[in-house]
Amino acid sequence: MYLQDLIFTLGKFWAEHGCVVEQPVDVSVGAGTFHPATFLRVLGPEPWNAAFAQFCRRPSDGRYGENPNRAGAYYQYQVGLKPSPLNVQDLYLDSLRAIGLDPSAHDIRFVEDDWESPTLGAWGLGWEVWCDGMEVTQFTYFQQAGGIDLLPVTAELTYGVERLAMYLQNVDSMYDVKWDKHVTYGQLRHPWEVEYSTYHFEHLDPAIAFREFDTYEGECNRLLGLNLVLPAYEFCMKSSHAFNTLDARGAISVTERARFIGRVRAMARACAHAYVQSRARLGFPLLPKELGAQAKAAFDAAAEAGVNASALAAARIVVPHAQELPRAG
Amino acid sequence: MPADLLFELGCEEIPAKMLAKALADLPAAITAKLAAARLQHGTVRVLGTPRRLAVIVKALADRQPDLDEQVVGPPVSAAFAADGTVTKAGQGFAAKNGVDPSSLTKQEVAGKKGLYVVATRHVVGHETRALLPELLRELATGIPWPKSMQWGWSETKFVRPVQWLVALFGGEVVPFEWAGHTAGRASRGHRFLAPGFHDIASADRYVETLRTAHVIVDQDARRTMVRAELDRLARESKLRIRPDEALIDEVIHLGEYPVGVSGGFDASFLQVPEEMIVTAMRTHQRYFAMEDASGKLANRFATMTATIVKDPAVVSKGNEKVLASRLSDAKFFFGEDRKHTFEEWNITLADVVFQAKLGNEARTIGHKIVRLEQTARTLGGDTAAKIATFCKSDLASKAVGEFPELQGVMGKHYARHAKLGDAIADGIEQHWWPKGQGAELPRTDEAAIVALADRMDTIVGCFAVGLEPSGSADPFGLRRAAIGIWQILLDRGWGDRFTPLLAATHAALQAHGVTLKDPDKLDDFFRARLRGIFIDLGIPAQDADAALAQDFRDPIDARARALACAKISKEAREVFKRVANILDDARAKKLEPGTAPDPKLFVAADNVEHRLHAAISDAQKAETAPRATHDYAAVFESLERLRPTVAAFFDKGGVMVMDPDPELRDNRLALLNWFVTPYMSIADFRLLAGAA
Repeated sequence: MYLQDLIFTLGKFWAEHGCVVEQPVDVSVGAGTFHPATFLRVLGPEPWNAAFAQFCRRPSDGRYGENPNRAGAYYQYQVGLKPSPLNVQDLYLDSLRAIGLDPSAHDIRFVEDDWESPTLGAWGLGWEVWCDGMEVTQFTYFQQAGGIDLLPVTAELTYGVERLAMYLQNVDSMYDVKWDKHVTYGQLRHPWEVEYSTYHFEHLDPAIAFREFDTYEGECNRLLGLNLVLPAYEFCMKSSHAFNTLDARGAISVTERARFIGRVRAMARACAHAYVQSRARLGFPLLPKELGAQAKAAFDAAAEAGVNASALAAARIVVPHAQELPRAG
Repeated sequence: MPADLLFELGCEEIPAKMLAKALADLPAAITAKLAAARLQHGTVRVLGTPRRLAVIVKALADRQPDLDEQVVGPPVSAAFAADGTVTKAGQGFAAKNGVDPSSLTKQEVAGKKGLYVVATRHVVGHETRALLPELLRELATGIPWPKSMQWGWSETKFVRPVQWLVALFGGEVVPFEWAGHTAGRASRGHRFLAPGFHDIASADRYVETLRTAHVIVDQDARRTMVRAELDRLARESKLRIRPDEALIDEVIHLGEYPVGVSGGFDASFLQVPEEMIVTAMRTHQRYFAMEDASGKLANRFATMTATIVKDPAVVSKGNEKVLASRLSDAKFFFGEDRKHTFEEWNITLADVVFQAKLGNEARTIGHKIVRLEQTARTLGGDTAAKIATFCKSDLASKAVGEFPELQGVMGKHYARHAKLGDAIADGIEQHWWPKGQGAELPRTDEAAIVALADRMDTIVGCFAVGLEPSGSADPFGLRRAAIGIWQILLDRGWGDRFTPLLAATHAALQAHGVTLKDPDKLDDFFRARLRGIFIDLGIPAQDADAALAQDFRDPIDARARALACAKISKEAREVFKRVANILDDARAKKLEPGTAPDPKLFVAADNVEHRLHAAISDAQKAETAPRATHDYAAVFESLERLRPTVAAFFDKGGVMVMDPDPELRDNRLALLNWFVTPYMSIADFRLLAGAA
């Protein structure tokens, strides 16, 4: 199966199981988790099931295109199921079958891997899924994002597209993966890896990136003051990427590193809080109208106790009706 | 009739370490619960795999026994009228407890004045079947997972989402609902080899039914399988598996049906330090390393899969690919790191916080390096100082960033590469030693000096800023560090180095604004750690206390004194305790005993004082040599020979120490004090008396 068919197949599989197939976010991010379709949508009481491929930039993981398995950018196929269905593990295994990976021919295991993103103020419990010892998917039950406790809980599945393709095509290097009949992953991606490793490790101008970080942070906060949550969050994503490039360049000392992470976390947290409030103002529009209004009323009634408590109060209104709401499966 | 109980809780994959702990802790928790519920039972067995926890209680009673319970009511004066009839209050109390008023008794009650009314209430035992739902719920919710989670719309918390429940008592389903599931008899088989439901007929069929569904639910059986598989792989490849019990403990909990697979990697990776290869395989992949007959690492590995596959070669090849990538990373880190110098890394470390509370002048690893250098130079000279300079540098390397457990090990390899010499390279590695209980100690004096300086710096620094351990909390590992200090001093035979080590460490900290405010607390801390070591050596606690009460700073001398206490007979302990008590009593009366008895004042009958004085003088002369060589056993043997004379002083001679004549009294006190002081400096006899 070609890499592009892998992406098509996963999209089709999850569309058939109730997901909206979104498109990647058009901002540099380190993981699909940063996509607003994940980070923002997991918040609050509205059900949401989405799938999309995301180009992820990890400047520190760049290897000048010399490591068969690690690179400064790669593709994640990201699925978020909110609420997490009880049969989500079975659905996931079916998705592997759909792309032609037969679990009875491989050693598939769910090995503990608790996920935490200090920059997003988010954590969850779950596993890395091993296929013959290789991590092919990150499987997480989100418990908290932006410092907000999550109810309902989202199951996040993050497929490593290249690794799966390596398996299916039986090649030893990601660069040998066939993208389609004619083009390899290496032909498409290798020059990028070489040039961006060189740029990030050797030629990135830290002064510019530091300045950008400050500018983005300022914009994020200014826009939050105007209740423009979505653009504000875009600047949060941008500062996070600026930080990642500075980190790869070795321009941030260890003490400063913690401080920068704290600054991104503060933005993510403020965006998350503002987002839930804005959804409440809209009456939680992904819920049926009447239920959304009830949830908004519960949210408003608990406003004194803070966003976390009001979000829980809104969700508890929805719980008795959970069976009537859309869900993946 | 008693019957067997089976409770199985089906779950998504439980982390291996948490599963191991739950399996270890649950039997006691269940036994306690059954005792609290007053249910008799036979053996309790707890079994589990990543996907299930199961409890089997044999011969569980079918009901609680009846209970006669005494209930204290109102005072007699309130429950009975003056004429002896039961008042309203008394009747109410009887009715509440379901007893006839005539059966009320009058009793004294501990902690209360006067007589109280007591009812003996008969409580009929409940049927076990009725108690089980609540009992099982408590059991399921009472497992103390280090981290738990929610799923879906539910606010139930568990280690991972709960998938099914089986509860059978005497083969019948127990009506029980929890976490969105209703208990039944349908368990599930292996995820891939026997998917779907498998009915369990009864508790005693459980293990076997699951076995046919490719689930080895008994963790000990899985351990046996893993060992057999490792043996098979070793045999097939004509290599040995490097023993790794901790890894076996983990891999038995990574699947329900272990099957061994082996694979290889390119021999060119063997240029990377062996420790990196083994660590990469172990921590990231849970692979067992393999070696040839000479113990040399082979370019092969063994691992446990969790299922039977059509073609093991596919799985083996997949694992080889992963490892190749891991090792390629290790090689990359090793290559990149060697482009850097120790000096560059130290510049990075000047920014890395060691302990923030130490303040701006002392908080970073860079600051710590400066202190260690100073202490190491004072105590050990140039080589030790150089080890200290570079002992932490590898913390800034990429390899240690990736494999923190290789701190020191990578430093050693990089120091060799930088041609710093074996003394420095080995010192960098060994300054972290001992790495655990019973682990190897530094092999050279210089490495030992840095190991001591590093630990002492952490301990004194933490004590100075109020971060000493309390209760079971010891977040900075200070107890382990102190034990390491004593082990090294004992091993090196450095009886006289504790005091200069502490002084040099404190001086280095003080130079950067960190001062120890309560040295006594630190003394107690160190004394307690040395006591633990002595007790581990088999020295009786009393002897250790007696020796350490005098001095602990010289651990070699303290150990000799503690060991020598065994030479003091029970009789001698009693005699010397008596002497010590007389002196304590005198001091309590503000009669400070002198140390120079005057023979002119010896007046007691039979020359008993003279004889004692002469015997002691002889003994003291004879003890000079053994004392000089710390041969306390010989000193105590001499003391033992003195015992009859001392006993005679008290018993047959009937000397009254506290004579009405103050002059005689003070002289006798001085005689005893002069006698006992040299021995007291070896061990505090007051702590020894009683037992032998």
